[in-house]
Amino acid sequence: MSVVPLPARRAAGRRPAARRTGGRHVAPYAFAAPFVVLFLVFLVAPIVLALWQSMFRQRAAGGLGFGGTRQREFAGLGNYVTALTDTGFTSGFARVLLYGAVQVPVMLVLALVLALLFDSAAVRFGRFFQAAVFVPYAVPGVIAALLWGFLYQPGVSPIVGGLTSLGVDVDLLAPGTVLWSLANIALWSNTGINVVILYAALQSVPAEVGEAARVDGASEVRVALSIKLPMILPALLLTTLSSIIGTLQLFSEPNVLRTITSNITSDYTPNMAIYTTSTEAQDPHLAAAMAVLLGVSTLVLSLVVLRISNRRNGALA
Amino acid sequence: MSTSTRTGPGATPGAPAPAPAATGRARRRTATSAGERHSTAVRVLATGAVAVATVYFLMPVWWMVVAATKSSTSLFTTPGFSFADPQLLQNLRELSTYDDGIFWRWVLNTVVYSVVGSVLTVLVCAACGYALAMFEFRGRKVLLGAVLASMLVPGTVLAQPTYLLVVELGLNNTYAGVLLPSMVYPFGVLLCTVFARSSIPVELLEAARLDGAGELRIFVAVGLRLMTTGLVTVLLFAFLGSWNNYLLPLMVLTDAELMPLTVGLTGWSQASITIPGLQVLVVAGSLVSVVPVIGVFIALQRYWRSGLTAGGVRF
Repeated sequence: MSVVPLPARRAAGRRPAARRTGGRHVAPYAFAAPFVVLFLVFLVAPIVLALWQSMFRQRAAGGLGFGGTRQREFAGLGNYVTALTDTGFTSGFARVLLYGAVQVPVMLVLALVLALLFDSAAVRFGRFFQAAVFVPYAVPGVIAALLWGFLYQPGVSPIVGGLTSLGVDVDLLAPGTVLWSLANIALWSNTGINVVILYAALQSVPAEVGEAARVDGASEVRVALSIKLPMILPALLLTTLSSIIGTLQLFSEPNVLRTITSNITSDYTPNMAIYTTSTEAQDPHLAAAMAVLLGVSTLVLSLVVLRISNRRNGALA
Repeated sequence: MSTSTRTGPGATPGAPAPAPAATGRARRRTATSAGERHSTAVRVLATGAVAVATVYFLMPVWWMVVAATKSSTSLFTTPGFSFADPQLLQNLRELSTYDDGIFWRWVLNTVVYSVVGSVLTVLVCAACGYALAMFEFRGRKVLLGAVLASMLVPGTVLAQPTYLLVVELGLNNTYAGVLLPSMVYPFGVLLCTVFARSSIPVELLEAARLDGAGELRIFVAVGLRLMTTGLVTVLLFAFLGSWNNYLLPLMVLTDAELMPLTVGLTGWSQASITIPGLQVLVVAGSLVSVVPVIGVFIALQRYWRSGLTAGGVRF
């Protein structure tokens, strides 16, 4: 509910009134201005610049990499074709989608179970446990990856060591397992915030609704699944969306683990491919095209999730 | 980590289930009626399940605390989860002196990027959210629409284009090149709009105007004050955003003197392949940088919890 100032109604005829109502008309623009400027310069402009840059390519004329001025020529959609036919880049996409298809549901189910347990008040020392679950969220993704990197390395890791002494040989950094080791880092880092959001939503479900069902003989599990769950669907949607967006952006964790395993290539995820293309390959035009493709696919995926959930819960939309 | 955790008044053994000390607004059921619903078996089972999860979440943190006290040889030769000849002070001394004490320079940079950056971000978001919530003006709907739409554009997708722009502006390898892009936080604007709407009564603004107060003064004295709970939430999330920031500084900064901890420590981690002693410093550095943040978060959880309840979940 926004407020419509009614300048004419009051203070008419008083001398400072004119200045005040004048200030009131300017004020919202002045308050919004810093954000709007930053928004235009550091969010809109980069998008426009990326679209623009993605349509050029560096000319290889003369084969001189350095010394001369930057020469570029119009490439049309050439960079997009290059990106989409680059199997390294496209398989990176497939990889993060596979990763997300497993990691996001596992994390959200775990978060939901924990939030429901906290909400049911059946857990003792709930506040302590809630804080403990949230602790990893305060650890930057990069540092989380460094720590788990140690816990995955055979020489240092007490986990690998313990399993080996039990006769179980595991290689957490093998080609087939390293993706799930990465998923574990994201699970560890992000479950906490989802528990907090879902728990906050559960706390605002009126108790009477559950009480009524209980009087009718519904079990606690039934109350949780049939009453609480539908009522926190908007929060669940929010967490699903941000998790999916996070999945496609995967960068820090694989980039850190790259130092301890050769099974993570320099284009393991789309964002790593963009980074490598931009820095090592020195091709900002192709990198910009890749960034645009990544942005568009993130947007499409988000909209699909929104669409599906809107259709399923028309009342909530 | 658990030492700095307050378990809260409801968590004393034998008392009914611990009620979260969130705002009264959010809590509609009483602790006693909730507690009585469950048999002892259910409660033991539920607590046990949560305890197992807690072990998983705290285990790497515990490993970090233990490993940060070890020498570089005992890091590899002694059991990971138990102490062996703790030498934390010596490690910290080494951390402080290695490479002319660049670690503390990274800490300082991180404070600039995260603390200064998030305070500025909150002010920018609060002013814009206040304008969106309390005023009707031309372009308001467009701005709100742009804010909502841009929430679907994730930060890391923007990293490479932002890097291009930062280079165009000549801001690469400067504080501003990292600081300014991180101040665009549409989600913060949205939260501030929600908070302003729900916590600032229009009548109060009208009264202040009748008293002759200027708009800026009203915003600072009335708006910001009433939005405090919400602003702490936005502050913490903005802080975490820049605290987590890795890809953009990695691209924008080449000078080690300007790097935040995340970039600096991963650089050490890469170098530790050839310099084995660095591994302990990576762990000790992680410990030093993570612990204060965990402490602040747990200390302030009353604020951001109620902030999330009041604002974040409602849209």
